[in-house]
Amino acid sequence: MKLTFSQEDELFRAEVAKWLKENLCGEFEEVRFRGGPGDEHMFSHKRKLWEKKLAEGGWTCIGWSREDGGRAASIEQQVIFFEEYARAGGPGRLGHIGDGLAGPTIAAFGSAAQKKKYLPGIVAGTELWCQGYSEPSAGSDLAAVKTRARFDEEKQQWQITGQKVWTSLAHESDWCFVVARTDPNTNDHKGLGFFLVSMHQPSVTVRPIEQLTGTSEFNEVFFDEAVAADMIGVVGDGWKIAMALLGFERGVSTLGQQMAFQNELNDIIKIAKENGQAKNADIRARIAEAHTGLRLMRYNAMRMLSDTTAPAALVYKLHWASWHRNLGKLAMDVLGAESEICEAGLYNLTRLQSMYLFTRSDTIYGGTNQIQRNIIAERGLGMPKEMKGRWMAVS
Amino acid sequence: MEFRFTEEQNMIRDTASEFLADVSTSEAVRKAMTTEAGFDANLWHRICNELCFQSITIPEEFGGMGLGFVELAAVLEPMGRVLLCSPFFSTVCLGVNALLVAGTQAQKETWLPKIAAGETTATLAYTGNNGGWDAQAVQAIYTKTNSGYQLNGSLCYVPDGHTSDLLLIAARAENSRGTEDGISLFVVPANTTGITRTYLPTMDQTRKQAQIELKNVDVASDALMNTEGKAWPALEKILQLACVAVAAEQMGGAQQILDMTVAYTKERVQFGRVIASYQAIKHKAADMMLKTEVARSAVYYAACVAQEALFDGDKTIAAQLLEASSMAKAYCSDAYFFNAGNAIQLFGGVGFTWEYDVHLYFKRAKSTETFLGNAAYHREKIAVALLD
Repeated sequence: MKLTFSQEDELFRAEVAKWLKENLCGEFEEVRFRGGPGDEHMFSHKRKLWEKKLAEGGWTCIGWSREDGGRAASIEQQVIFFEEYARAGGPGRLGHIGDGLAGPTIAAFGSAAQKKKYLPGIVAGTELWCQGYSEPSAGSDLAAVKTRARFDEEKQQWQITGQKVWTSLAHESDWCFVVARTDPNTNDHKGLGFFLVSMHQPSVTVRPIEQLTGTSEFNEVFFDEAVAADMIGVVGDGWKIAMALLGFERGVSTLGQQMAFQNELNDIIKIAKENGQAKNADIRARIAEAHTGLRLMRYNAMRMLSDTTAPAALVYKLHWASWHRNLGKLAMDVLGAESEICEAGLYNLTRLQSMYLFTRSDTIYGGTNQIQRNIIAERGLGMPKEMKGRWMAVS
Repeated sequence: MEFRFTEEQNMIRDTASEFLADVSTSEAVRKAMTTEAGFDANLWHRICNELCFQSITIPEEFGGMGLGFVELAAVLEPMGRVLLCSPFFSTVCLGVNALLVAGTQAQKETWLPKIAAGETTATLAYTGNNGGWDAQAVQAIYTKTNSGYQLNGSLCYVPDGHTSDLLLIAARAENSRGTEDGISLFVVPANTTGITRTYLPTMDQTRKQAQIELKNVDVASDALMNTEGKAWPALEKILQLACVAVAAEQMGGAQQILDMTVAYTKERVQFGRVIASYQAIKHKAADMMLKTEVARSAVYYAACVAQEALFDGDKTIAAQLLEASSMAKAYCSDAYFFNAGNAIQLFGGVGFTWEYDVHLYFKRAKSTETFLGNAAYHREKIAVALLD
């Protein structure tokens, strides 16, 4: 059992750090540590330029095969890249949905022609993607999607009609991948298709959702007979592909995410030392607990990376989401009276205020804590599955 | 990334698990725990002679297996799972570690081969009666004599103190009370004149404790370990290593009580359904699994650090011992108690009976949580490192 990365991996780490030091500066100085969760709406122009800069350096899609335009980086190297990226304050990636989700899905399930059409734009950082999964009545129950895909025999193309919601970066994106129902006589995971839809058509409308943060990282997207440029796989494959996609990103970005958490915790510790809260016994215990939780998150992640069958993977989301939500509250409690004041005026939240509010979404998106617990109990502990059924609202 | 057991380490754990499941049954534990010694001498004999776990971390030059702390953790986990009643923890995780960390070459040569051969048990006796676990807890007094030292005072809460053959005793110089300065460690055979040992009945019957009175106990100068009056850093390291070992046992216990609880809820039927099908039950079990898995990560990390610290390996990693041991002890203490407490709740009425084993785990969870400092104590240690 080893705690350390190999020497070769450490050399790779040095290479990443050097490139970031030399390139994440000058005109990009202002986007350092920006554009992350809760801040995704900021500096979009500069961050688009940054995507191209990353591509020039060969730092997009690093885990992809060389054939698909990547650098075939090992899992360890991907982890190291994300970690160094976060350490250097790399801005929130506008290209991450293409890089981490759409691209790997197209590479795994798409035809040769589809790969040739879509992958180069993702690698070059010039074509941005968003994800069309959730709907107003299909949140945790993703299989309940109602968005329809209808094949127009005359035009020989699929047309999408319906509404997606919680679509981050929709207003910046060129493409959206959409899970839609091809068979109107179904209402579950059967009868779904996986479609690639251009966002640049009049039949696609993006409407920002104003969140409790006052900002709008998420959107509603309306499709009104929008043309799907492609379908990945065949009719009925939608669910299989959608589920495989959720597995692609798992793991590799976690250490990078933890680095961002560490930055937040460091801020909190600094404030506590300055304002005297570091002498408060309750705050001391909570800071120590937060520190412990974060460090153990790292070793949990290392177990996941060392052994893909480790049960640590099952509990990972529940652990980090709950931890981060607690950190948000801790930040406010350490700030005390000052936590209420918006220094830059209404409704311009400070980084920690924004983090505090935004962490309330961590335990909801990507599988709520309740769904996570179902998954852990069912897959990790072999307890009975939830009964399925369509219950009417109780009046 | 190789943050997982090697095949050899898996084999050690599996061997221990299979053997212990066979011999440390509920019946065997209940029989051993009602004796004053607290363990079955025959079983201890088998562990020492057939499996040699007591020699796992003893270097080969002293007759041991020469393995490391990760291997030690690999056997502690199954021991915690079955609530093994034995002098293993006191002898290996306190005695052997104390000798390795603070013993002179002569002391190691004298005692480690005896322990490796299964002839001698040992324990660490350092706490007085103030209920603490840090330097202030050391209250026994040593004075210099012509031929060596004389020890006086009371030692409380000593694990297996009434049965151990060898005592590693911490005492302090007169007028040094309450400080980290003035502390010395001594190797003292338990049958030395002036030592009175009294068994202390405990709520957790699977882990025995004793009170030791030292009255004008004369020891030769070669009984001194480490440096006279300057042994606190060594003692602190011994305690930190012990915390990692306790955490490994706790993690095993937390896993076992989770497994037992899940199995029970899959059999128990109420309202025409197994209760494992209720979300209220599933979600509680999921929270227990989360704690168990994170506890496992904590133990693996801390065991890697303890390995480097105990055998003077990688300095950067060894330097994390304070933090790693406190994190592991704090997290695993909370996790074990959380799981054992919820187990009683999920078992319902039968979880409150003497007949079912749940209470044995609930009691072990609390006794190990208290021993060497509870979560609050260790969080404060982390807080000091982060904030002061």
